Amino acid sequence: MASDKVKQLSDADFEATALKGDLPCLVDFWAPWCGPCKAIGPVIDELAAQYDGKAVIAKMNVDDNPATPGKYGIRAIPTLILFKGGQIVEQVTGAVGKTQLEAMLAKAL
Amino acid sequence: MQEADYQLIIVGGGPAGLAAGLYAARDRLRVVLVEKGAVGGQVITTDWIDNYPGFPEGISGFDLIDKMAAQAARFGLETRNGNVVRMELEGQPKKLHLEDGTVLTAQSVLLATGARPRLLEVPGERELTGKGVSYCATCDGPFYRDLEIAVVGGGDTAIQEATHLTKFASRVHVIHRRDTLRATRVLQEKALANDKITFIWDTVVEGIEGETEVTGLQLRNTANGETRVLPVAGVFILIGTIPNNEVLPLDSLQADEYGFIPTDQEMRTALPGVLAAGDIRSKSVRQVVNAAGEGAVAAISAEDYLGGLE
Repeated sequence: MASDKVKQLSDADFEATALKGDLPCLVDFWAPWCGPCKAIGPVIDELAAQYDGKAVIAKMNVDDNPATPGKYGIRAIPTLILFKGGQIVEQVTGAVGKTQLEAMLAKAL
Repeated sequence: MQEADYQLIIVGGGPAGLAAGLYAARDRLRVVLVEKGAVGGQVITTDWIDNYPGFPEGISGFDLIDKMAAQAARFGLETRNGNVVRMELEGQPKKLHLEDGTVLTAQSVLLATGARPRLLEVPGERELTGKGVSYCATCDGPFYRDLEIAVVGGGDTAIQEATHLTKFASRVHVIHRRDTLRATRVLQEKALANDKITFIWDTVVEGIEGETEVTGLQLRNTANGETRVLPVAGVFILIGTIPNNEVLPLDSLQADEYGFIPTDQEMRTALPGVLAAGDIRSKSVRQVVNAAGEGAVAAISAEDYLGGLE
């Protein structure tokens, strides 16, 4: 399983990892009660293995961490935001496919 | 006859595709299921399914799909993540072109591409999607704790989800363009008895207001022409579905006027060796239970067709 490569983010370490980290960071905002969020879980795991060392693939549970999703106005999940150099490169909502996420990541690498 | 990679390719991993995959894999066909996202389809956006037989207490949409996928996997169903961008369905073998350049060939193809939520197509909808405009009450309901929201629609999904959303929202306005609901009686009774739900009849949404998030809806009463703005923090648009048919050859499949694919009762389309099952089919009832049933029929039809090729 590749899931150990997925970085679990909290409100406390979000800034250091996603905004101030050296690598581009894709954050999957999710919650356990959301079917589509669970459905894309395996895709996130695969991306984490695939982009190991090139980008940080992270997940944030919006139930446990209300501050960050609030700051980004997230009102729908799954929402995936790709950060680079502290800025949003791209944002997408819904259970999107792996190829779309790869295309997104290509813009930041 | 030319060699093909598979005997059957199933396009789409919702209930129809997974049921077909279960039957085909169990019958030892060389079969692959291709899904562009994650398996599941629309059913995973459903909070609770009370009408799928075998689950007397009901089951969540995600858990049901999870079980269907596990059951198909037990019989060795191969699944592949890929986005089909072009289909050559006439003649033999059938060819499916994937986004990554791969071409898969098969003697038969099952179209189980499903449907997706219909959009309102009003100003503000696209801009505010994910910022107060939602198509999935199960996913996004908890973001609206103690807030006023609206549901647009009058069918089963709209009325079931309006009731579900009262767990979070302080008030749910159901906006419906007619003065009666289309939803099944048991769902109607529940919603009409819920004092957190207000019905706004004979009314259409003409625009969604908000800069960074939804602040209100522009409404027009179709009976008297009156317009007004209803302040809400979110709107759930649940007004039916449209077919996922973008890569299907609609002319040769003789698609109906709405873009759904007609079949006979064995799920055979107008093209030999091409079957369709689930929400993509031209039909009146779109439920999980008949999607699964159609998938099973389609898999058996595919076997019949393959038998005739030998």
